[in-house]
Amino acid sequence: MASEAVVERRSVGHRLAGLLHGRPRLQVGALLAGPIGWLVIGYLGSLAVLLAAAFWTVDPLSGEVVQGFSLENVETLIDEPVYRSIVGRTVLIAALVTITDAILAFPIAFYMAKLASRRGKAILVVAVLLPLWSSYLVKVYAWRTMLSSGGVINWALDPFGLHGPGFGTTAVWLVMSYLWLPYMILPIYAGLERIPDSLISASEDLGASPLTTFRRVILPLVFPAVVAGSIFTFSLTLGDYITPRLVSNTQFIGNAVFNNIVNDLPLASALALVPIVVMIAYLLVARRLGAFEHV
Amino acid sequence: MRTQDAHPVRVAWLVIAGLLAFMLLLAGCGGSDSSSGGEELTELGKGEGSLNLISWAGYVEPEWVKPFEQKTGCKVNNKVAGTSDEMVQLMRSGQYDGVSASGNATARLVDGGDVDPVNVDLVPNYKTIFNDLKDQPYNTFDGTHYGIPHGRGANLLMWNSDDVKPAPTSWDVMLDPEVASQYRGKISAYDDPIYIADAAVYLKAHEPDLGIENPYELNEEQFEAAVDLLKEQRPLVGEYWSDAAKQISAFAGGDSTVGTTWQYQYFALQEEGEPVAASPASQGFLPSEGATGWSDTWMLSSEAKHPNCMYMWMDWIVEPKINAEVAEYFGEAPAQSLSCEETEDPEFCTKYHADNPGFWKRVYYWQTPLADCGNGASDCRDYNDWVQAWTSIKG
Repeated sequence: MASEAVVERRSVGHRLAGLLHGRPRLQVGALLAGPIGWLVIGYLGSLAVLLAAAFWTVDPLSGEVVQGFSLENVETLIDEPVYRSIVGRTVLIAALVTITDAILAFPIAFYMAKLASRRGKAILVVAVLLPLWSSYLVKVYAWRTMLSSGGVINWALDPFGLHGPGFGTTAVWLVMSYLWLPYMILPIYAGLERIPDSLISASEDLGASPLTTFRRVILPLVFPAVVAGSIFTFSLTLGDYITPRLVSNTQFIGNAVFNNIVNDLPLASALALVPIVVMIAYLLVARRLGAFEHV
Repeated sequence: MRTQDAHPVRVAWLVIAGLLAFMLLLAGCGGSDSSSGGEELTELGKGEGSLNLISWAGYVEPEWVKPFEQKTGCKVNNKVAGTSDEMVQLMRSGQYDGVSASGNATARLVDGGDVDPVNVDLVPNYKTIFNDLKDQPYNTFDGTHYGIPHGRGANLLMWNSDDVKPAPTSWDVMLDPEVASQYRGKISAYDDPIYIADAAVYLKAHEPDLGIENPYELNEEQFEAAVDLLKEQRPLVGEYWSDAAKQISAFAGGDSTVGTTWQYQYFALQEEGEPVAASPASQGFLPSEGATGWSDTWMLSSEAKHPNCMYMWMDWIVEPKINAEVAEYFGEAPAQSLSCEETEDPEFCTKYHADNPGFWKRVYYWQTPLADCGNGASDCRDYNDWVQAWTSIKG
């Protein structure tokens, strides 16, 4: 009896194995069905539903969402000067944060990848990762305390007769640059690691100055990594709304989405379209610059 | 094999195009969903063992939550919200059993089918609630009760008593551009469209020609005047706040010296030993123009998973001794008339005008602005206009 059951069970396994045997596409399909399904339904599907809402409208009398195609919200975004300035401000700060982080991250990543000892490298990697372990909110509140008029920044600058930036757009730029720096360092570090030292030596042997080596050898090879990092810093800044709320009075795209989400979901969705359009444009420009050619 | 692979960029475009097509398809043909008004409970059952609440800061505190949990076995999970919009949004998630809603949320929650009628017979303590809090337009709709009053109060004018002298008696320190400019960058204003009503209260007193009656029912001219006043205030504002903790840190750190606030922040700052003051009891807690305020209602979610616990909570929060504790903790007038004998400070109810309906005539409870002005005309600016105007005020 028992042996029969084992045979029976084994035959199910056997049949499954037989089914998969010699059918590599089916094997891959079975393996990927879960994760891909999750990606398509959980991420892309919900994104599509959210964005579809951008073309709905709100009935002014009942306040209920009317589901039908209309470009009203897109027109509002283009016509209202306040939304133009919000979008402009957000994109500008996102660009500034990205540039700042790239400039700050490069020397650190270069030191980590090319100059530091094994031990030093490990310590630096942990040091870069460490801030990511603490809560985002705690970090922003810490900056809020530091930037406040009785805070440590003003205290340190006071002997020189200077004042800190206080709360405002400058503060948002500072805090965002701080928050997203690790996301820039790590890809650049990984990119630099992949450049063989021999290439740099060869460039030197052939008489290139350090600047030329950097410009003609290192930068082109590490550029895709910089772009990868910039996608993080740029898109994270585009979407954030808590930092602007805590260290400034100015509104970013995220704040405008938040303000509208209860009363005018379609307008909030239309606003959510903006970062996506900006990111697509950004990626197209990056491709033009050859960022994806060595991937 | 390599040659068979599609170019990755082409694949990316295909994904984007597919997404767009799916999106447009969805936009074109939407389904319809209807919200059904639930039935009121007729009989109270056993507690479900847990209760999920949305509340204002200071409304759900361990002092009265612990004994409630012990008595009913309902474990309380509380989520603090900073604005009425946030409360409405959280309630629509269907994750909560109840909310302490202000008047600018209640009508929206009822209209949206997010809350159920409340059978006040199942809330024994309801009987002795102050009469002028019962059957009000913000808690009773078409004669049906939608909740239990929690308490009421006015929004305060608070200032740093070291920096602001003499003590102000008018909102002009925040809203008159000339007076307010001496506090440039140190003014703290509430970050919510409903703050436009504060400007309307000020204009009601100072520009009688506008003929403002109710600061939440503004016609185009009145509305424009209020919005313009706030646009003038904008460069003077140091900070817009919507969570209490943020405002407390701004006053404690010296970034704000004058602002509109709730008793909760005022008490917290006093406890920290900060030099803050607010309109004293001798002035009836109000600047000369009066003030906006709130009268809050505990409402029952239409998707409540623990309705029995919610009913028990609604009765508990207006239990004379508890409501007294709640009112004194927060600094508001209790809803329960019997609470006035239970307060630690025997004068508390007198100080907070709990039993003085005349006082509340100068307090304009938050309500949802509607196009219907109440006088038959429907030329008032509705809440959507308020939201859009608030976005453009902040710039």
